[in-house]
Amino acid sequence: MAELEAVIGLEIHVQLATRTKMFCGCELSFGDEPNTHTCPVCLAHPGVLPVPNEQAIRYALQIAAALECEVAPLSIFHRKNYFYPDNPKAYQISQYDIPLASNGRLGEVRIHRAHLEEDAAKMVHVGESGRIHGSGSSLVDFNRGGTPLVEIVTEPDLRDAAEAAEWARLLRETVRQLGVSDVNMEEGSLRVDANVSVRPAGSATLGTKTELKNMNSFRFLQRGIEAELERQRGLVEAGGTVEQETLHFDPVSGSLTSLRSKEEAHDYRYFPEPDLVPLAPTEEMLREAREALPELPAARSQRYQEELGLSAEVAAVLAADPETASYFEQVAAAAGPVEPKVVGNWVTGELAAALRQDGGEGGAADSKVAPQALAALIAMVQEKKISHGSGKTVLAALVAEGGGPEAIVEREGLAQMSSEGGE
Amino acid sequence: MIDREQVLHVARLARLRLSEQELETMVGELSGILDHVDRIGKLDLEGVEPTSHVVALENVLRPDEPRPSLPRDVALASAPEPYQGAFRVPSPQADA
Amino acid sequence: MSELLALSVAEAAAKIAAGEVSSGEYFEAWNAAAAADELNAYLWQIEEGNGYEVQDGPLKGVPVAVKDIFCTEGTPTTAGSRILEGYLPPYTATAVQRLDAAGARVLGKTNMDEFAMGSSNENSAYGAVLNPWDRGRVPGGSSGGSAAAVAGGLAPCALGTDTGGSIRQPAALCGIVGLKPTYGAISRYGMIAFASSLDQCGPLTRDVTDAALLLAALQGQDPRDSTSVGIEGGIVAPSREGLSGLRFGVPAELARDAIEGGVREVFEATLARIEELGGEIAEVGLPSAEHGISAYYVIAPAEASSNLARYDGVRYGMRSERAGDLLEMYETTRAEGFGPEVKRRIMLGTYALSSGYYEAYYGQAQKVRTRIAADFDAAFAGVDFVVTPTSPSVAFGLGEKTDDPLAMYLNDFFTVPMSLAGIPAISIPAGLAEPAGGGPQLPVGFQIAAPAFGEQKLLEAAYALEQAIGFEARPGGGDG
Repeated sequence: MAELEAVIGLEIHVQLATRTKMFCGCELSFGDEPNTHTCPVCLAHPGVLPVPNEQAIRYALQIAAALECEVAPLSIFHRKNYFYPDNPKAYQISQYDIPLASNGRLGEVRIHRAHLEEDAAKMVHVGESGRIHGSGSSLVDFNRGGTPLVEIVTEPDLRDAAEAAEWARLLRETVRQLGVSDVNMEEGSLRVDANVSVRPAGSATLGTKTELKNMNSFRFLQRGIEAELERQRGLVEAGGTVEQETLHFDPVSGSLTSLRSKEEAHDYRYFPEPDLVPLAPTEEMLREAREALPELPAARSQRYQEELGLSAEVAAVLAADPETASYFEQVAAAAGPVEPKVVGNWVTGELAAALRQDGGEGGAADSKVAPQALAALIAMVQEKKISHGSGKTVLAALVAEGGGPEAIVEREGLAQMSSEGGE
Repeated sequence: MIDREQVLHVARLARLRLSEQELETMVGELSGILDHVDRIGKLDLEGVEPTSHVVALENVLRPDEPRPSLPRDVALASAPEPYQGAFRVPSPQADA
Repeated sequence: MSELLALSVAEAAAKIAAGEVSSGEYFEAWNAAAAADELNAYLWQIEEGNGYEVQDGPLKGVPVAVKDIFCTEGTPTTAGSRILEGYLPPYTATAVQRLDAAGARVLGKTNMDEFAMGSSNENSAYGAVLNPWDRGRVPGGSSGGSAAAVAGGLAPCALGTDTGGSIRQPAALCGIVGLKPTYGAISRYGMIAFASSLDQCGPLTRDVTDAALLLAALQGQDPRDSTSVGIEGGIVAPSREGLSGLRFGVPAELARDAIEGGVREVFEATLARIEELGGEIAEVGLPSAEHGISAYYVIAPAEASSNLARYDGVRYGMRSERAGDLLEMYETTRAEGFGPEVKRRIMLGTYALSSGYYEAYYGQAQKVRTRIAADFDAAFAGVDFVVTPTSPSVAFGLGEKTDDPLAMYLNDFFTVPMSLAGIPAISIPAGLAEPAGGGPQLPVGFQIAAPAFGEQKLLEAAYALEQAIGFEARPGGGDG
């Protein structure tokens, strides 16, 4: 039997860090008392109408620009109809056949689409206590209901669980650097679902996929996908078939359970939202979104490799953290003739290790090691004024007390010439 | 035009419990109305743009400025079953 | 006191502004009249003495009967439905706020077909409204309570909503003026949605001048309604004399056979009157209008099925006692809360949007809508207005059509095309006619439609025609 290849696509929901909700003026809420951030609009009282938040659209356009998407000249909102207590209108305002953005790319993964929608309310199961009727009950808190969301859907371009988790980290870092979301998986401001299937290696057709939900960390995302791939491979290898279903990841047991309900398949009855007019991003909005883009991790990593000759690993580590990257660039500038590649190795290697050993929480930029000091130290090692081992000793001292390397070299008597006769 | 099974399916989608008698009546009445409405199904409208908005507007947006939310007691004032500051509902069958 | 009630709103407002009449006195006179409601026109009425505090403005002291589809903070708002019994909205509709800001005051909330679905007002959960001209007949719908209140001397003016004819048709059947403005002229915020792409509110009044006065206060862009634009230049009182230079188009497809004899006579006489006034009558083609009813009875129920899904027993309104689990709560609450017509439309709309049927029904209906709008555009290239009878018949008997929903829907034949095109249309009383089955004479409405946002021109023409017709008849044989 041919080896089975994994095919993975991700669906990511990003809560936007606007001040107010997507369609009403209620402030976004984090950990406030339930139902203290609601109004007739987000409680879906009779007669209310939605009005879209301009900032949410600008943020979504920034995400679209960061993901190199095409922005639709005219996109419309649709209603997605379904009954659930966390969905107060019984329809979610979303986008359907013409999303705001499509056909993008981040790293090696193609972006299928990115669209705007609104978040559901929070529902907590509270069991049977205090109710007349036999079954349990749930409590609904509408504070979260209506929070602006961007849903990003990738093409099924990922081939294993670790790669999927790694890419999801890159996406988080990218969105974080845009400053448009808190992207906190535990708090739910970044939610990653995975569509997983297997197929004989080399086959062009896709196998039946399952949808994995509730993986609220990158570790769980990886474990969930691994578990599901193992299950699917087992099934297929035993001659069985995968059934299309939604699976819920249980972080305690690490297992997946089917969410299939007894109800009939969903029929969302999408139709154009008549309460909203089309969205046609103006040139000004598009330009602003492009100009607001910082140098994002993927681009920065590429620049470090191509222009500065850094290895892919070191470039990725630096690019993932803009503060460390900026620190690196300052050191490289101060180190003059020293190759940036050497500086990169010091920042991500020796300095990172020294900081870890020191037990500090902060990164290089927060440390006592000034960029000029590190540059001078690297130069001394490169020029063989001190040995590499002595360099590490000096670095440890710099991490602990700051200052310049020359004074430490002198104090500790570490210069190559003197050390020769000293021992 | 529309049969009993379809009517039951649609009633489930719309979360309407129909009595046996309502179901019977509904099958007849909906079929009659659909017979009339079906005339437009026979029109050749290939290439005609659908109209979902009659107003020629775009980008009607709201600045991201907070407005006061309702006091919680007002938000809950009309709730059939308020409970501990929240709206209480029976659990979905799947969890019960 | 009866002299006060005989004044038009414009006349009364002028007297109040001049200090000849106090706003409190005028309001209380109407409050007393409304308290004598024997038509079941009101579902709620303001308490005596509560109407004095009013803003200065063009409508200072004017009481308005407001259709119970408008949310009014702290005041019962039911939309004629059991499912909203006891509901007290936490906010007020923009249209009502605008009337308030102009100095008007809500006199009461009027009865209506449940969620505005109906053409006879027999679909109210709170009982049918009686036509003041003949209490054995319907006032039309869905703004039946508003129309009956104005025609029956229970309010000087009223607010209604029109989705496929719900202002114009009851205005015609009750012998008053009803104006459906251009879609987008008045904010829909706080107006309980039936079919969002069609719903538009408007005034029901005794005469065209009063309609203009109310529209002037109501119209305007509202930041809470993305689809609202207002009327550029605003609205002023109409004053046109004669109709020379204006062309009135009669649809060639107007199915004269489907029109009751008496209605047809009044319609033809009105066309003759237009010519006497110097207006020109021309034939126009509206070839797709005949499919208006079909398109409308797909689009409106489809949108309604979604708009009415929020009545689920979770946040407000009634919840069934039988709510055991969640699914049962939804199904029994909605089964007990909605009446038969609303259920029928929810079913129809859900079906039309459901998987496999969307293109055949909703998609196709939207294309018909495009065609109808294009028909009007083409017609307005040659004429200033399109005219039809408002309703194919005079007021019909209570219970006469309740068993045949399709027959009831066909009542909207002349009013639905304008709704689909989003254009303004007014119904003015044009005369009296004997019903097909015999009996005392009843009012006949004449509908005039204009291009989008052509309200001022429409009101001017309607005013000139109204002056010439001189419709003075009042219910109960009086001459008003």
